[in-house]
Amino acid sequence: MPAKVLVVDDEPAIRRLLRNTLARAGYEVVEAGNARDALQQAAAEHPAAILLDLGLPDRDGLSLIPLLHAGGEVVILVVSARDAVDEKVAALDLGADDFVGKPFDTEELLARLRVALRHRGPPVEAQKVVTRGDLDIDLDRRIVRRGGVEVHLTRKEHDVLAMLVRHVGRIVTHDKLLDACWGGDEDARIEYLRIVIRNLRQKLEAPAPVGSVIANELGVGYRLRSDDAI
Amino acid sequence: MPPNGDARPDPDALLRAAAQEGRGRLKIFLGAAPGVGKTYEMLSEGKARRRDGVDVVVGVVETHGRAETEALTRGQEIVARRAVNHDGHVLHEMDLDAVLARAPRLVLVDELAHTNAPGSRHPKRYQDVEELLAAGIDVYSTINIQHVESLNDVVASFTRVRVRETVPDSILEAAEIEVVDIPPDELIERLKAGKVYLPAEATRALGHFFSRSNLSALRELALRRAAQAVDARMLDDVRALGLGGTWAGSERIVVAISELPGSDVLVRAAKRIADGLRGPWTALFVETPRAAHFTDAQHARVAAAMTLATQLGAAVATVPATNVVEGIQGFLADARATQLVLGKSPRSRWFELRHGSVVDRLVRDTPDVTVHVLPVAAGRSERGARRPARWGAPSGYAVTGAMVAGVTAAGSALVHVIDLGNVALLYLLPVMAAASLYGLRTGLFAGFASTLAYNFFFLPPVGTLSINNPENVISVVVLLGIAFATSQLTARVRAQADLAAASARTNATLAGFLRQIAAVNDVDQAARMICDDVRRLLDVHVVLLGAAAGGALEVLAASDPGYRLDAMDNAAANWAFDTGSAAGKGSGTLTASEWLFQPLKAGARTLGVLGVANDGGTNPVRADQLPLLSSLLDQSALVLERLRLQAEMRDLDVVRTRDRLRAALLSSVSHDLRTPLTAVMAAADQLDHGATPELIGTIKGESARLNRFVANLLDMARVEAGAIRLNVEAIDLSDAVTGAAHDARRALEGHGVRLDVPPDLPLVRADPQLLHHCLLNLLDNAGRYGDPGSEIVIEGRHRFGALRLAVLDHGPGLPPGREAEVFETFTRLEGSDRAIGGTGLGLAIVKAFAEAMGIMVEASNRSDGAGASFALVFPAASIVRDAEVEGRS
Repeated sequence: MPAKVLVVDDEPAIRRLLRNTLARAGYEVVEAGNARDALQQAAAEHPAAILLDLGLPDRDGLSLIPLLHAGGEVVILVVSARDAVDEKVAALDLGADDFVGKPFDTEELLARLRVALRHRGPPVEAQKVVTRGDLDIDLDRRIVRRGGVEVHLTRKEHDVLAMLVRHVGRIVTHDKLLDACWGGDEDARIEYLRIVIRNLRQKLEAPAPVGSVIANELGVGYRLRSDDAI
Repeated sequence: MPPNGDARPDPDALLRAAAQEGRGRLKIFLGAAPGVGKTYEMLSEGKARRRDGVDVVVGVVETHGRAETEALTRGQEIVARRAVNHDGHVLHEMDLDAVLARAPRLVLVDELAHTNAPGSRHPKRYQDVEELLAAGIDVYSTINIQHVESLNDVVASFTRVRVRETVPDSILEAAEIEVVDIPPDELIERLKAGKVYLPAEATRALGHFFSRSNLSALRELALRRAAQAVDARMLDDVRALGLGGTWAGSERIVVAISELPGSDVLVRAAKRIADGLRGPWTALFVETPRAAHFTDAQHARVAAAMTLATQLGAAVATVPATNVVEGIQGFLADARATQLVLGKSPRSRWFELRHGSVVDRLVRDTPDVTVHVLPVAAGRSERGARRPARWGAPSGYAVTGAMVAGVTAAGSALVHVIDLGNVALLYLLPVMAAASLYGLRTGLFAGFASTLAYNFFFLPPVGTLSINNPENVISVVVLLGIAFATSQLTARVRAQADLAAASARTNATLAGFLRQIAAVNDVDQAARMICDDVRRLLDVHVVLLGAAAGGALEVLAASDPGYRLDAMDNAAANWAFDTGSAAGKGSGTLTASEWLFQPLKAGARTLGVLGVANDGGTNPVRADQLPLLSSLLDQSALVLERLRLQAEMRDLDVVRTRDRLRAALLSSVSHDLRTPLTAVMAAADQLDHGATPELIGTIKGESARLNRFVANLLDMARVEAGAIRLNVEAIDLSDAVTGAAHDARRALEGHGVRLDVPPDLPLVRADPQLLHHCLLNLLDNAGRYGDPGSEIVIEGRHRFGALRLAVLDHGPGLPPGREAEVFETFTRLEGSDRAIGGTGLGLAIVKAFAEAMGIMVEASNRSDGAGASFALVFPAASIVRDAEVEGRS
């Protein structure tokens, strides 16, 4: 059974485009042109994912995110022309799974949606060992192997990698990473995180290009690339 | 002085300083116009140096037959001039070889701009001076500002007199300059009195030259040039000493005030100089032991000058010292002052010969400071205080009585040895003394008292007031007559002196008014100043009205906040403004108004109306004040006209710039929006016939370009609105570069992209999004102007403490010498093809964003091949040091 996706956007042209794109990719599509309709459709149709525009005629899209979550387990992808960093962070903090800017690349949108749907639900706690490409990551025993060879990671590098692995495919904001890995350190600063990420990349990516395993989200956070994500 | 890593001595400055050693020093007495007294000042100083034992000779001095100047050359050693025969004329030039052979310590060479007679060694006198300096001889010389080469055109433009003899600025830059300054009005007076030498054939042409406005402007130029020279020299000193950063290089002006009248004039002059030079200024009072014996009036004058200085924005300082010169010098050194304003006190020659003039000593002993010496009007207030009342002071009568009594006593003692008639003569003494000292009435009193005393004590019958001998009647009449005549004569002389003093006062106040207002660049300030000054000078209430934007008259300024204009007053003001003639009280029109309104006219145009009124309801302006008022009106009108023209020029410039920008924006926006749209629409049409990869590529590429352009328009709007909000955080440049290369992939299609950013570059602090936009635009630019198929390199280097992130392309590069211009809005340099597109917005945004983050931008041509290089240079301050993060991660 194809997954159901709710498209919330006040522009008919965008809705039409997304309907065609999503249908072609095998999703079932329902639409809403404003916040009121969106809440109704979400309650009635129980979509697996919602593509949400922030600039709606009747209320701000951001305030809609918690309400949509309240209706039940659902993936929320914000699709907006607003590109301010603090708005992205706010959307993620409110419970959005990902953020795609307008104008978007349809292939990228589909890939993000696919990843978000695959990893929906609670973070990957149960899984003890995660495999991604040539990496085997054993979260419990804190052992990382690359192509079968153990890679030595420092304590902080392990902490950060574990946090990213638990949310694989999804953006983890700077604040969340700093809280989780430097918790209790009042002076924790983004500089530390940058250096840890840089070291992790040296150990896990090189000689592949920077960002092929751990992607940077400009001013927002990091994401561990899923196998099928761009 | 804080330690400063960059404060190494500048080798060039040291070289220049070394070249100066062994060379003579040149001092130039700079004047605004002929007749200000440059030669006089130079000779005085030469003479002073000679008194100090310096070996001084006169190389050449043109006295033009002026007696005071000639007197100064007396007693000085003068090197005989060399006669040159030219076309039958005999010309006398300075004998350069004779001076060199004589080898004095200091030589005085008048008129630096002089052209030597044909056949001389050098065509110009300043070249002679150069040779003297090279020989280690100090030179004093004189020049007028219009002979300075760089100012020649400027001067000619407003005086319409062009001089052919000019002196290069380099000569002035190497010299110490002293401005010889007198107010324009005084110079005009001197001109009228025939005290200024002008060649006969030039007299008429120069008549226009000596207008008050020209002289003010010339003065301004002279002061500025002197200031510039001081600045350049100090800069050299600072560089040679390696004192970078401790001397601001700006001018510091000190005005020395004293207890003498006229300090207010000095303070205003200093304010004007400080405004012109944009330097801070200080009013200094040196408190010598003499200050303990000041009268109340003297204390009050010092206090008033200090208050005035504070009001005009000066700092004030009082320093104790045993003598004025030491006090001033000490303060100048402490304050690192560059300009000193002094008043020339009206002391007698005799006093100066004994004590030395404060001015001369300061000029001589403070070589690093430009000294402005302003003449100060003689102590007018004392003279005013001494003027007797109409009836004469009671003390006058007492003194007179005493004198008569004294003469009577003396007469009694002498009457036995001298003739009675001669006793009568003795009485002339008190009569003449009283009449000349205390005026007519006291003189007549002396006459009567003398007559009575003579009659009573000497004329028979002694002891009575009757006269027996008719001859003695004549004695009495003569005494009274002489009293009357003497007092009349004295009164007339005194009235003339008062009149002269009053006119000097008027001239001084006008000059002061001009000085102040010359520096004003704001209509409101000028209007306030005009009102305050007219109020001060004429003791009347003043309003100044000008035409508002709609053409209606509005009040620009008023001397008293409580003024009011009723309907009748407004009618009179409007009538004066509309017709350009006076209206209101005391004029022929609308006399019911309490105010007298006078138009301020410049040419045919009425710029405003000045209204005056007084409390008594009488005619606001006394007849004797009318000439002063009309001068003030003329000057005020000129000032307003100048400000109006300035404002017009400014408005015009703003409009022109705005129009140019708007036209550029419209043309580029329409071009840059329509081109990709056209391509997208055409490609979409073609899709009906089947989608090809090329068509799809066109649509995607052009859409991306459109998107980029819209983003740039939004960014530019944000920049223009001043709404850039910084969100600075530590950034890993490899992230930034990777992200930008990913987002710009469509613009970079067809190019190879190589990221050469070492992974161990330090982190930098910047706003991630602004930096992203900068990089997108740089990559977009490289993709557009790089040759198709060529490689684009993004290169990060950490060198000399700074971090440089460059985008290099292979292409036509930038026109040499104009690299920096690419960052200006709407600039697309020649050689860049219009068809390539792009508004020129992109690089302007790069610059604006980078500068907002404290990052520098650089554009240059690659050193390693044809192509351009655009770089973001992160200064050391924006780089995160490793130590800050080590051990925490």
